[in-house]
Amino acid sequence: MRASYCVTCLADQFFAEAAMDAVRLLESLGIRVEFPADQTCCGQPAFNAGFHDQARQMARHTLQVFSGKQPVILPSGSCSTMLKAHYAELFSGPELEGAWDLAARSFELSQFLCEVLGCPRLGDGLRGKRVAYHPGCHGLRELGIGDGPKRLLEAAGATVVPWEAELECCGFGGLFAVKLPEVSVGMADRKLDTLPEVDVLTSGDPGCLLQLAGRLRVRGNPLPVRHLASLLWEARSGRRDSDVR
Amino acid sequence: MSAEPKGYRERSRKLLAGENPRAAVTKATLHHFHTRERAYAELPIEEWRSYAEGVKNHLLSHLEHYLDQAERSLTAHGVQVHWAETAQEARAELARLVSRYQVKRVVKAKSMLSEELEVNPWLESLGVSVLESDLGEYVVQLAGETPSHIVGPAFHKTLADIQALFAREFGTPPQAAPDVLAAAARSRLRQAFLEADMGISGANFVVAETGTVALIENEGNIRITTSAPRVHVVLVGIEKLLPRQRDLAPFLTLTARAATGQRLGNYVSLIRGPKGGDPDGPEAVHLIFVDNGRLRLLADERSWETLRCLRCGACLNACPVYRQTGGHAYGWVYSGPIGAVMAPAMLGSRAAGPLPYASSLCGACAEVCPVKIPIPALLLAGRQRAVLEGEATALERGVISAYGQAMLNPALYRAGARALRLGRMALPWLRAWSDGRGGLQPSPKSFRELWSER
Ligand code: SF4
Repeated sequence: MRASYCVTCLADQFFAEAAMDAVRLLESLGIRVEFPADQTCCGQPAFNAGFHDQARQMARHTLQVFSGKQPVILPSGSCSTMLKAHYAELFSGPELEGAWDLAARSFELSQFLCEVLGCPRLGDGLRGKRVAYHPGCHGLRELGIGDGPKRLLEAAGATVVPWEAELECCGFGGLFAVKLPEVSVGMADRKLDTLPEVDVLTSGDPGCLLQLAGRLRVRGNPLPVRHLASLLWEARSGRRDSDVR
Repeated sequence: MSAEPKGYRERSRKLLAGENPRAAVTKATLHHFHTRERAYAELPIEEWRSYAEGVKNHLLSHLEHYLDQAERSLTAHGVQVHWAETAQEARAELARLVSRYQVKRVVKAKSMLSEELEVNPWLESLGVSVLESDLGEYVVQLAGETPSHIVGPAFHKTLADIQALFAREFGTPPQAAPDVLAAAARSRLRQAFLEADMGISGANFVVAETGTVALIENEGNIRITTSAPRVHVVLVGIEKLLPRQRDLAPFLTLTARAATGQRLGNYVSLIRGPKGGDPDGPEAVHLIFVDNGRLRLLADERSWETLRCLRCGACLNACPVYRQTGGHAYGWVYSGPIGAVMAPAMLGSRAAGPLPYASSLCGACAEVCPVKIPIPALLLAGRQRAVLEGEATALERGVISAYGQAMLNPALYRAGARALRLGRMALPWLRAWSDGRGGLQPSPKSFRELWSER
């Protein structure tokens, strides 16, 4: 099967190695991954800030870059939500049909693994690892990504440790993080104050990872924070190809 | 209360520094979050929420009809109905009633509408004393504050805060147990009930079909407020109707479950009118239907959905943003997610300031709302409206337009990525980010570089 990779601007710039781990993982599962080089940003930051005209232009660009029939895979729950749930709000007429079509064939990484590939057992490279999993809110509540990521992790030998504030927001929220930074950081603290004892913290959302990793560092906590794609690649290969943030 | 949501950031900063209400608010809201979850789990809750949403939508699309019907039913059992288009009109009506019945002392039940109308300062300016009869409201009144939560006015206060307050006001021991504190308040309130000339309450529902005014509570103070004084005045928003008597039971339990996780409040009062031949009850009951911007909301393409709101507070209890500061940061009577979506529509984008942005769009509110108000979508609509009305800051406009240009041009995007790695990109809001989260660390090579090197 061929699939297009939409790396998302945040992963491209801040989680490049993890984004590559996702490619390695998909290829090891028999997917031929293509990377359309003209892709940029899906437009979510503009959309969430209220700038729909600018968001529409970026969405139009993205629709063109990812025209075709094959599935599109993203290593980000939040950007997947933009494509799957919000593009349709920006268009009408034939463009709307294009938006619906892209929505139907776009998948967040774990969604693709579970919904399209049937949650395959990846390997046992995570044996003995205690993991805290943060489900990004958009993936959780808008895409309905359930326990797929946890099942993938546990099938590879990891223990996903219960976390009191697991289902709560980390406080990232894009523009929110810098427009109201005090509240945003307070939310990250609530997550981290309740963090159980684990070896690694993971999430499928680059924005959440930036927020939680940055706050951990400021709090002087050396806990490794890794993108879900990197952990799943380690599960499969036993290798840690990406650096730890 | 004068609405000044504009200072949200300043207030949230202050509230989060030093002695802050975060711990008290977190504890109270999480408690109610969990009790609600248990109470929801006993029902096929999705069907209940859809039913409630449907009833309210029907009501709102036939509002005039049901308001007429309600007026007729209420009048039929002796309730005197008044209409107020604005807060001023509502206050003027109150003033007329105060002078007509020569009222000197008022006891009040908890009512968010009365906060919205700023009833307490108004009555005091008329020389009338007002006493809040809900324990939480009473605490807030004693402290000279405003309620910080729709259902739990004093959620922002710790036990120690209340102990100190009561020690000052009543001379209770500094470490007095909660029941000692409650007893101190009760003896003061009991006296006030006996002396009051007028009781003022809100209403959870007014049934159009039967003219029944329904009130839910736990302390019993509402029952006394509405029955002991000579005159009872009900303040109610025009959206608070229910079409049929048979809608009442499901809405009562749904509200209680959403608000506190109870199957029903400890007390439910169903009021049909003045005492008439009965030995107990008020001699006169007046009901003031208040618009105060609600018809404008109803006409709004998006925000009309907020009129389904039951004021249960479930969205506040679920909200991680609210939990950081409590309600005072929001700067007007309605706080939390529902306040943030009502503000732009009721006050206008300028006055609403950053409230539509006071959310990470996590969606926890919409998940729990008993009448399925799509709060995140309405927050986004509020932001879009702010931009269209020119309320975005110059920095935001500049950044979005520069970044928008770069994102439409893959070559510019790549140039930006190189500049980012060389530390040559002037990142907006860098301080705001790095103060709490340290510097940004881009990957040594972008993904697309790694890809092209494969
Ligand atoms: S918006 Fe929904 S959850 Fe929030 S107070 Fe209103 S009814 Fe309750």
